[in-house]
Amino acid sequence: MTGPAAPAATPSVAAREITKRFGPLVANDRVSVAAYPGQILAIVGENGAGKSTLMNVLSGLLQPDGGEILRDGRPIRFHSPRDAIRAGIGMVHQHFMLIPVFTVAENVVLGTEPVSSGLFDKRRAREVVRRLSDQYGLKLNPDDRVQNLPVGLQQRVEILKILYRQSEILIFDEPTAVLTPQETEELFVVLRDLAKKGKTIIFITHKLKEVMAISDQVTVLRLGKVVANLTTAETNPVEITRHMIGRDVMPSVEKQTVGGADTVLEVRDLHCQSDRGVEALRGVSFHVDAGEILGIAGVEGNGQSELVEALTGLRSVVSGEILLRDRKGKRRALVHRTPKQIRRMGVSFIPEDRRERGLILTYSVADNLIFGVEDTAPFSRRGVLDPGRIMANARKLIPEFDIRPPRPDAPVGTLSGGNQQKVVLAREFSENPSLLIASQPTRGLDVGAAEFVHKGLIEKREQGVAILLVSAELDEVMALADRIAVIYEGQVMGVFRAGSVDEGRLGLLMTGGEARAEEIAIDLTAPALEATEGG
Amino acid sequence: MIAFHLLFLGGTFCSAEACSVLSNPLLWETTLVSATPLVLAAMGGTISERSGVVNIAMEGMMLVAAFFSAYVTDKAASLAGLAPWEAALVGVVGGIVAGCLIAGLHAWASIRFHANQVVTGMAINLLALGLTSYLYYTLYGSQGTPGNLAGIPNWNVPVLSSIKFMSLGPILFQENPITYLAFLSVVLAHIFLFRTRIGLRLRSVGEHPRAADTAGINVQRLRYLAVTLSGGLSGLGGAYLALNGPHGLFSDNMTSGRGFIALAAMIVGKWTPFGAMGACLLFGFGQALAIALAGQLTVGSYQVSVYILNMLPYVITILAVGGLIGRSIPPAADGLPYDPAESA
Repeated sequence: MTGPAAPAATPSVAAREITKRFGPLVANDRVSVAAYPGQILAIVGENGAGKSTLMNVLSGLLQPDGGEILRDGRPIRFHSPRDAIRAGIGMVHQHFMLIPVFTVAENVVLGTEPVSSGLFDKRRAREVVRRLSDQYGLKLNPDDRVQNLPVGLQQRVEILKILYRQSEILIFDEPTAVLTPQETEELFVVLRDLAKKGKTIIFITHKLKEVMAISDQVTVLRLGKVVANLTTAETNPVEITRHMIGRDVMPSVEKQTVGGADTVLEVRDLHCQSDRGVEALRGVSFHVDAGEILGIAGVEGNGQSELVEALTGLRSVVSGEILLRDRKGKRRALVHRTPKQIRRMGVSFIPEDRRERGLILTYSVADNLIFGVEDTAPFSRRGVLDPGRIMANARKLIPEFDIRPPRPDAPVGTLSGGNQQKVVLAREFSENPSLLIASQPTRGLDVGAAEFVHKGLIEKREQGVAILLVSAELDEVMALADRIAVIYEGQVMGVFRAGSVDEGRLGLLMTGGEARAEEIAIDLTAPALEATEGG
Repeated sequence: MIAFHLLFLGGTFCSAEACSVLSNPLLWETTLVSATPLVLAAMGGTISERSGVVNIAMEGMMLVAAFFSAYVTDKAASLAGLAPWEAALVGVVGGIVAGCLIAGLHAWASIRFHANQVVTGMAINLLALGLTSYLYYTLYGSQGTPGNLAGIPNWNVPVLSSIKFMSLGPILFQENPITYLAFLSVVLAHIFLFRTRIGLRLRSVGEHPRAADTAGINVQRLRYLAVTLSGGLSGLGGAYLALNGPHGLFSDNMTSGRGFIALAAMIVGKWTPFGAMGACLLFGFGQALAIALAGQLTVGSYQVSVYILNMLPYVITILAVGGLIGRSIPPAADGLPYDPAESA
């Protein structure tokens, strides 16, 4: 017990033997944690370890089936978030609990609004929010509409909401998942400041770097149980990881250099609009060679989604060229092609939202494994499906990709996130692509499943597939990519060889903190493809 | 905008007499009369959908309310021996209560049991039609509601009703009290939704119920309130249909689609009270124009059928929804049941 501030005798909040079941699943199994004023407690664990359930219990959103919550040593029961708020416990959720069309002030005061003569007192709401924002250095304008704010500022609105309710205990659920390195640093400054002012901070994460950087104490959850209580200063990432996954992890995936590369995809001066009609891509150019992973790094919402959609035919292109060398070595233009045509040319696609675009959740694993080729032999003839072939295909792919449970007829929606993603990988890989577009391929996956996806990508790369990897996780891009392109506000800020650039520089480029890099000029001189057919 | 197009069409095709309908105060008064039930139902729909409960059942709510306002008025006079104006007033209250009860059914199914709100709404519309037809023919037979059934007569607002300028007095201030209430409800609905604390919460529930829940707001209770309010407002609209004028009357399926026009008005008005009111006035104008032009509009030697004219308000609906108003974005959680236990 040698944290910066030694724990006070009584925890400001504690869970004692909390149990929470969802049907047959025990999400929390007699979980006990304690957090002290002036301290930052990190709660770590893989996805599905029960962290979010525990926090939802502490914040009153869920009622436990067993155990109790102690506030300053006294047992307390929450029937709704309202009770938790009243007891001084506030939560910044992983998915922000904000109303996009409301202003900052409206969002902050919602539920505890100032009133004058029967009407909602907008003026006072604005004043209070401005005062609190200044007091904690959050720099928010009460009149801004939340939907127009960058993610980092939206998070501050969440923090402000809690402070406005005079919470003593602040719970952060994976707060850095959507932040850039700079925004993360700024958040940490705010957190340390809050702890210094005597608040209790509970910080949920699976990023060990952050645990080491910010926390005083660490509680590790695995499969719904507490497996370790550690003091941060006395532990290290390896020990925490061992507790988290119950074994040692392999170091980051190794990659061999592949020589003799040919350009498979070339994008030239691409312009696209977003759904709202704003210019989302403003002249994007890059190329991807065979046997190479090009990583696109950037804060979400800077045109990555639109880029991927343009490449896969899901979004119309305003101007610019997209050229592909297909399986037969023929060069073809992808602009103004349908998604199906593009697929047939040898482009495979792992979409960023597998539940929305990658799979039909109510369909079976076997059926999901043939989407895209369901209208061709051998799976269908003259418009009639061949169930035998479809099942055979599933029985071949399920063991190959270790899909669990190994049942071809299970609805995909009943599988875990990791196994759902394996279904997508199995389908996309088996089409023998020349270009693979992977958009946020490990989002929401735990360490084990993410490792599987990374291995799969590396394997494809070694088979000579050109891979475009779009990820909001800078660590992932840096670990996998041979070259890294940074995208910011619809423009490529620079393209770098892996290892020639550090995280800080990338972070700066990702947030527009540094003007476009010189490297881009070099990149444009790369081998060019010429379209050999109309398009 | 659309009114301009219609004027233009009028100028192109119609004869001089028909064009004079536009300067006839009766046309504008009929516009208000037609718009009144639409405005009330559209306010109801707007409030309900702002809370996140899709409401396409205004038609059924109005129809049931229309029947019960007539029935209650009849019984209040014949059994309780109330004076006509008292009976009619009790009838209006009866209509509102009937609207609230039907709305309660919709709320219960869609909030408590997470039923598909479009299906529930449609079921209520069909149920209302069957129920009122059955009761009407069972209780009143082929003679219909009594000829001496009390109604809510028009009321001249002192002083204002005698304004001569552009016939504003007769058009605006010699109307039915429920018409005044309808337009008052627009102002009140606006204040309620955008200026009160409960309105702010109600909108937050319609945009992001989980966020509202975490802020300590009771999502279910606000939705019940909103849907019930929509029933009350639609109920008043239904009572107006049955009791407007010196004598009341109920006839089979007397709403004849007004609830759906109100639904369209709500969408065209982009889920705002004043926007919906504007749309209702437009549709009311369409209906009034159809009545005014009946038998008068000729194209060449062909006299335009009254049935064609009756399509006017619907043509306006399609034109308005189909692009003249730009994109109309509903509340983000409109139609989505909220289950607190479902993990985020």
